[in-house]
Amino acid sequence: MPHQDETAAVTSGPTGTEVLEGPVVIEAREVRKTFRIPDRRIDSFKERATHPFAPLTYRDLPALRGISFDVHLGEFFGIVGRNGSGKTTLLKLMASIYRADAGRIRMAGRLAPFIELGVGFNPELTSRENVVLNGVLMGLSRREAQRRFDAVLEFAELHEFADLKLKNYSSGMMVRLAFSVMVEAEADIMLIDEVLAVGDAAFAQKCMDVFQARREAGKTVVLVTHDMATVQSFCDRAMLIDGGELRYIGDPEEAALRYYRLNFGGAGDGAPAGDMPDVNVRIIDAWLENSAGKRVENVEQGEPIGFNVIIEARRDLVKPVFGFHFLTEHSLQVFGFNSTLTRREHEPDVVPAGQRVRISARIENPLLPGRYHVRSIISRNRSQGDLALHLLRLLDFVVYGTKQGVGSVAVQTDIEAVVEPQP
Amino acid sequence: MTEGTLDLRDVRGPSALGGGWRRSLELLYLIASTEFKRTYFGTALGYLWSVGRPLLLFGVLLAVFTQAFHLGKSVPHYPVLLLFNIVLFSFFQEATSTSVPAIVSHEAIVRKTQFPRLVIPLSVVLTALFNLVLNLVVAFIFILAFGIDPRWSWLLLLVVIAMLLGITIAMSMLLSSLYPRFRDLGIIWSVAATALFYATPVLYALEKVSPALRNVVALNPLAPILELARRWVIDPHAPVIGGTAKVLVPLGIYLAACVLAVWIFNREAPRIAEEL
Repeated sequence: MPHQDETAAVTSGPTGTEVLEGPVVIEAREVRKTFRIPDRRIDSFKERATHPFAPLTYRDLPALRGISFDVHLGEFFGIVGRNGSGKTTLLKLMASIYRADAGRIRMAGRLAPFIELGVGFNPELTSRENVVLNGVLMGLSRREAQRRFDAVLEFAELHEFADLKLKNYSSGMMVRLAFSVMVEAEADIMLIDEVLAVGDAAFAQKCMDVFQARREAGKTVVLVTHDMATVQSFCDRAMLIDGGELRYIGDPEEAALRYYRLNFGGAGDGAPAGDMPDVNVRIIDAWLENSAGKRVENVEQGEPIGFNVIIEARRDLVKPVFGFHFLTEHSLQVFGFNSTLTRREHEPDVVPAGQRVRISARIENPLLPGRYHVRSIISRNRSQGDLALHLLRLLDFVVYGTKQGVGSVAVQTDIEAVVEPQP
Repeated sequence: MTEGTLDLRDVRGPSALGGGWRRSLELLYLIASTEFKRTYFGTALGYLWSVGRPLLLFGVLLAVFTQAFHLGKSVPHYPVLLLFNIVLFSFFQEATSTSVPAIVSHEAIVRKTQFPRLVIPLSVVLTALFNLVLNLVVAFIFILAFGIDPRWSWLLLLVVIAMLLGITIAMSMLLSSLYPRFRDLGIIWSVAATALFYATPVLYALEKVSPALRNVVALNPLAPILELARRWVIDPHAPVIGGTAKVLVPLGIYLAACVLAVWIFNREAPRIAEEL
């Protein structure tokens, strides 16, 4: 079903209306934090002595300006925001690394912050000693950390290296070890910073699987990130903060959409919800066609899909790339494709403001029956990876048919099973 | 656990002992033993060095001050007194000078985990205390070998160590918590500790020096501690120098240092992660 001009449709929705179950495990009320940055840093006695009357002037850098929210038991809660929005400060306040200037944070249960893997690892010690120290830092008791040591090594697949000094580990082994300590720390509330997601995709996926499993075991996960795909795929709710203020709390898709608006709508200065500045690109229409060229809402299994989008540029789009991702109802990506602007020679690679662009694609349809949706990512200045618009749900559709299978797609297979003749 | 409300506890931010006593004690032990292992790791003689180093230093000083300067000629049991003093003083010196950059060198832990701040200077002191105990074992072997008989007053050594521990912890707390803001402290303390060494009756006996120097030394809270150690362990007939004033002044400085240390440390602890 096509969503025409979803921009308007979504912003008018009320914020945070989702019905929540379960008791509150994190309660933050009017939390404020301001960093005082000295204009001239007086770091030494000499500076103090040579400029005895230099006034000690500070610049106040407000990181959080009164944030209130609740996180419920068993939630996967996302905190999103741009760099410098205050999200990491908030995480550090919750983790008792910084102290709030005003307001109150209350928490129920044992908390473990994961701001970096392997904090306090010492290369001169054996993995046993490091695991115990790291485990205690992550909130286990010493006895508990010792008891879980075997499980940690088991998970990290490092059994033969139990008494090897850490400096003899490869970096991959070290990450595995640190990661398994995290898995075994089994806190009630896990606070996770985005740095964990850095690294190779397989590792990030493994991290996410673990967080997901913890959530399913009734634990609470709070994740700070600016990777919207993660937020949409994993979070139950998300909170958008900007300039130290709460901008939105509720549906992750909506939070992600608003995040992109903040980033690419130009004005980051607190336009209230419902009154977003004009985005760079507007979706005029998006629809699917069957092989006969007829506009359809749902697609028959195996039948090629005609995919059409018309957009209008609100500003000049320089070097645009139009990308589309097809996802399952669980927001797992199935496939995607993209295109640059088709143009004649010597034509500039620009869509002038006000101009419309029609994108048409014909897609071979390997999708198994089920619900799917399409996400669009339209970027400009692609050499810098500058996103112009990331409209999350372009359209929803159902693939109907009778041939079920494993996963989301059916692929052409040539397979046989033959009994091997005895030699 | 799906209904009703849970027991919410306030998150108060970092502090000297945030996270509970039990966790602080466990971390204290783990960090201190890690440091102890690390100091001697990779050396051929390993832990033997913790005993060997003061012994060698003692040999050098003994040669210099008995052969070249004849300092200890009229002091009874001078060689063992010298050894004993060095063992006690180097505990103070080692702990305080390692404390200065301690919080900064544990930066990762301070900035990335919930960590009770007081554990850092305390772990440095505890590591030094491990060394002190080992050194005292050596010192007592020498004391016996030099023909000093065991006495009941040796038990009072525990009082001496407790007093020494108090001032050492106070100085370590002060230095470690102020260093992130005033980086000059590292250099200043290295000079100050040397000055303190000579202002403490380590190499000399208090009754042998000029009254002027004696008046300076009288301000030093470490001086009465070493004097008591000397009387209780080595020489019960050592002359008593000074009167009430000579006790009250260092005692006042001692207590002031402790109060100041607790006050400043508590003031700095919540903000230390922001200064790094």
